[in-house]
Amino acid sequence: MNIKKYIKIYSLFLFTSVASELEYKSNIIIDFITAILSLIGSIFLLSIFFQSTDNIGGWKFEQALIIQGIYTILNGITNTWFNPNLTEIVKHIREGTLDFVLLKPIDSQFFISLKKIAPSGFLEIILGLALLIFCIGINQINVNLGFLILCLTTLFCSIVILYSLWFLISTTTIWFVKTWNATEVLRSFLYVGRFPLNSFSLSLRIFFSIFVPIAFITTIPSEVFLGLAQQWKILLELIVSGIFFLVSRRFWLFALKFYTSASS
Amino acid sequence: MSENIIQVSNLSKSFDISTKQPGLKGTLKHFFKRETKSIEIIKNINFEIKKGEIVGFLGANGAGKTTILKILCGLIYPSGGKLSVAGNLPYKRKSNFLKNITLIMGQKQQLIWDLPPIESFYLNAAIYDIEQTEAKKRIKELSDMLEIEKELYVPVRKLSLGQRMKAELLAALIHRPNILFLDEPTLGLDINAQRNLRKFLQIYNKQTNATICLTSHYMKDITSLCKRVICIHEGCITYDGKLNKLLKKISPVKDVLIVCKTDKDAIKLSNSGFVIKNKNQKEITITIKKDTFKSALNEILNKFDIEDLYINEPPIDEIIGNILVKKKV
Repeated sequence: MNIKKYIKIYSLFLFTSVASELEYKSNIIIDFITAILSLIGSIFLLSIFFQSTDNIGGWKFEQALIIQGIYTILNGITNTWFNPNLTEIVKHIREGTLDFVLLKPIDSQFFISLKKIAPSGFLEIILGLALLIFCIGINQINVNLGFLILCLTTLFCSIVILYSLWFLISTTTIWFVKTWNATEVLRSFLYVGRFPLNSFSLSLRIFFSIFVPIAFITTIPSEVFLGLAQQWKILLELIVSGIFFLVSRRFWLFALKFYTSASS
Repeated sequence: MSENIIQVSNLSKSFDISTKQPGLKGTLKHFFKRETKSIEIIKNINFEIKKGEIVGFLGANGAGKTTILKILCGLIYPSGGKLSVAGNLPYKRKSNFLKNITLIMGQKQQLIWDLPPIESFYLNAAIYDIEQTEAKKRIKELSDMLEIEKELYVPVRKLSLGQRMKAELLAALIHRPNILFLDEPTLGLDINAQRNLRKFLQIYNKQTNATICLTSHYMKDITSLCKRVICIHEGCITYDGKLNKLLKKISPVKDVLIVCKTDKDAIKLSNSGFVIKNKNQKEITITIKKDTFKSALNEILNKFDIEDLYINEPPIDEIIGNILVKKKV
């Protein structure tokens, strides 16, 4: 893979996407307002839960805010990259425009995963980061290089898991043609990630750790943030994200053999 | 003798297609237990295409023309048989192969909808490893040929269908492919836009010696671009050869409208043994076999006093329409 070529192409993807979005100014402003209201609403909901108790599943309100911050960043990444691209896969396959992607001398997974961005999601990422910085202050967290590396690594792994899950579901479109609902279910599961894993019953904890690893996505990075994560959990998240990414990649290449293109 | 750039032998392709009975019962049955049938869309076909040739694929809807094009460009895996396109197995979609081909589909578009086409051209140039200065040069060249210099900077959504199709062509040709697969490229275009597109393809073929495989339901596309046609019927090749030969074979007669000077000449002509198709006072339409056409025409000109004469070929759409539904040509 020619990295320089891919960086150049990605910079063009960025430029064309932003330029396309800027054609519709009012839409961007509405998206920005939605992002701010969504964060305020989530914090309000969390504060209602904590009104009658000091902690939920062993997490105090200030600590649970970290999960909210990580969720907001991930939701921002979802809205910036995953939503505009991965939902398009279904459209590409239904309408047969995947033909244009497959006939280009470029990795098709790279192309369909990163072609578009929705700049409004950037605000959510910034808001999430701001909330995390606020949480560092109120939880009196000692920030050093090792801490930052661990935080970024686990956050990166969370992004990879989320991407791979979404991509795996979207890939099944090659056989089932219409899988909008499945990706919507995944998004709903992601809402679960706003709350600490320990606040759920054992059966749900097992479900959200093994079958749909939402727990890995928000809880482990939050534990790292608070210095509570055990090393094995971090290692496990690394392994899980690696496996998920490899599986999604292999599955895509396998699925392409069954692509029949849409009729003309 | 030029080399074969496309070689296909015993190519076949089957699709599993689910069927559904009408009504609620059929819908419920279809939801819980689908009945799928394997349908052979392409049946052991063989052909070769030489470098620089323009070949038209003719067939009714669902005959398998588009499937053949999609197999040739590597989008669909064949179920059986051998094929080679520019020395490659298309379905492996190797980078060098993809840089050598292009697919243009009249009903699908790759341009970025909200931006001027020039942005999509630069993106495609980067994907095909074309330096920016070279890309600019090629865009200039092609936009001159296609006459869309002004439209390069107008958002795609504001362009007319004809202008958009020209821009699609430019986007698909920026890497100067040697093999063009065109699936109904003139679909929905007005007569002038169709003519311009055909003119462009002729020039492109002449200048670059590119091989063109074309499907179209507009017979003018086929007759003005393709010397050779491959007729497909239910996944089988029913004819592969020169278009002229095919037309001669299918339509061995010509209609001649003769306007006689006097009624007497008209009566004389109608009783002279020619096959009369139509008679209206001094105007007589006779049908003449193409192989006796010259001698018959000589006889008419020498023996009868005529005022005017019109030679009509049967409409090509009608002839080809008949071919499309025939199992054997």
